[in-house]
Amino acid sequence: MAQAGIRSTEQYNYDIVRKFTIMALVWGLLGMTAGVYIASELAWPFLNFDIPEITFGRLRPVHTTLVIFGFGGSALFATSYYVVQRTCQTRLYSDWMATFTFWGWQAAVALGALSYMFGYTQGREYAEFEWPIDLLIAVTWVVYFLLYVQTLRRRSQPHIYVANWFYVAFILATAILHIFNNLAVPVGLFSLKSYSLFSGVQDAMTQWWYGHNAVGFFLTAAFLGMMYYFVPKQAGRPVYSYRLSIVHFWALSFLYMWVGGHHLHWTALPDWTSTLAATFSIMLLLPSWGGMINGIMTLSGAWDKLRTDPIMLFLITSLSFYGMSTFEGPLMSLKSVNALSHYTDWTVGHVHSGALGWVAMVSFGSFYHLIPRLYDTRIYSTRLIYVHFWLATIGILLYITSMWVAGIFQGLMLRSFDDYGNLAYTFVETVAFLHQPYAVRAVGGMFFVAGVVVMAWNVIKTVRRASSEAAELEARIAAKMAGA
Amino acid sequence: MPEWLLWFTRFENSKILALLLFFFTFCGILIYVFTGKARSRRLESYKYIPLQDDDDDSDAARGEVEHDERNES
Repeated sequence: MAQAGIRSTEQYNYDIVRKFTIMALVWGLLGMTAGVYIASELAWPFLNFDIPEITFGRLRPVHTTLVIFGFGGSALFATSYYVVQRTCQTRLYSDWMATFTFWGWQAAVALGALSYMFGYTQGREYAEFEWPIDLLIAVTWVVYFLLYVQTLRRRSQPHIYVANWFYVAFILATAILHIFNNLAVPVGLFSLKSYSLFSGVQDAMTQWWYGHNAVGFFLTAAFLGMMYYFVPKQAGRPVYSYRLSIVHFWALSFLYMWVGGHHLHWTALPDWTSTLAATFSIMLLLPSWGGMINGIMTLSGAWDKLRTDPIMLFLITSLSFYGMSTFEGPLMSLKSVNALSHYTDWTVGHVHSGALGWVAMVSFGSFYHLIPRLYDTRIYSTRLIYVHFWLATIGILLYITSMWVAGIFQGLMLRSFDDYGNLAYTFVETVAFLHQPYAVRAVGGMFFVAGVVVMAWNVIKTVRRASSEAAELEARIAAKMAGA
Repeated sequence: MPEWLLWFTRFENSKILALLLFFFTFCGILIYVFTGKARSRRLESYKYIPLQDDDDDSDAARGEVEHDERNES
């Protein structure tokens, strides 16, 4: 294995994959810890300590930016660079371009998080970066696109494997979304503030066209690319149906672009736009479940692997959560359901069943597959992978069930009337009700973060083992040379 | 704007046109993907691409977790 590993290391640029993988874990740990802290602030408000930098309002975008762009983004850079090299059997087109994307992306995430803590934000959800950071992201992204396409062009394989289609769709769509949603005129060259090019309901529509497609292409399509490579690799068998993956890709890419309007039901948005978004959201269930079935059925005839392989457990469980959240999403996009669910914690629970259950779990599974291969060694402890899996699963279940309870009751309380047509509950009464579910949610988050700490420990020990093995090998070679 | 272009700007026309375009494109993709024995075989052969790079991780190709602590002891 060692010789073959050296061959691969020379043939492919694994250095950039290692860097992004490690940073994904670093951002993941920081971002998820920030998430647990702000969840705790909601349950126990004294934790704000009257320090502006760590209040909920400022830490919340820090949390979302670190987990979506820091953890998720770095995981996607790492796996996309790995997958494109392995499936095209060629090295990345340019090492310096890859390094540029690494520093550009890390700088954007770090600067973004710091700027939010100091109160600088555009106030657009998941697009809070101020304009200079937006420019940095745009440049980094264009280099990423060029690097990816050039690498595809010099492939040794005649066919471009479907995982790469999903990655390219993600890169292209994210570029379009980021650039259009952030079109703005800066107040001054030395001011961080800017005015959006859009206003009123058009502004809201543009923002949620961006917001939902960030979910669709950043957090779904790209992670499906990850799934289409790592599930077959870990299972040691090809994906269930390649033809289904083609239909999955085109249907998903086409349908996602239309659904952003479902975030703006019962607002100033024209009713037909709202209905169109809801209709496309319902249709989206078909490709979503088609993809999920394709991934899960890859294990058809080899279900016993779930008993012996914790990495497979991560990957298949992530697909189950994907199926669950892509059923819940269309349900919540119906206007009647949305009237109850919107502006409640049900939405927060839904997002996290996708983000923790699907995005994080598929990333963890892929990393456990990837890291030993990147460092040409064995994982330090399989038992710790099991511990991580159960901590994560318990954490997610606590999180989403408490948010279902919180959201549904909150919605029911906010719209119940007494016999005289007055509101039955005051807002403060709903807040008092939420305390218990918020506390359970914070505990669920703690379970999840504990799992990531276990993973980080396992990875550190694995990397250290790889270094000591390499040093041992070098010493042995040196001794042999001295003997000769 | 020419008269024939104005036809597209009317919702009662463009909605049906878009529906027909998208529907038949989707049908076209389905027909292309799921018909023709040779094409089906060719498309399905691509699913082996990830498994063709197993020069350095033959254990993974067998789907095994080889790194159990029990094996170490």
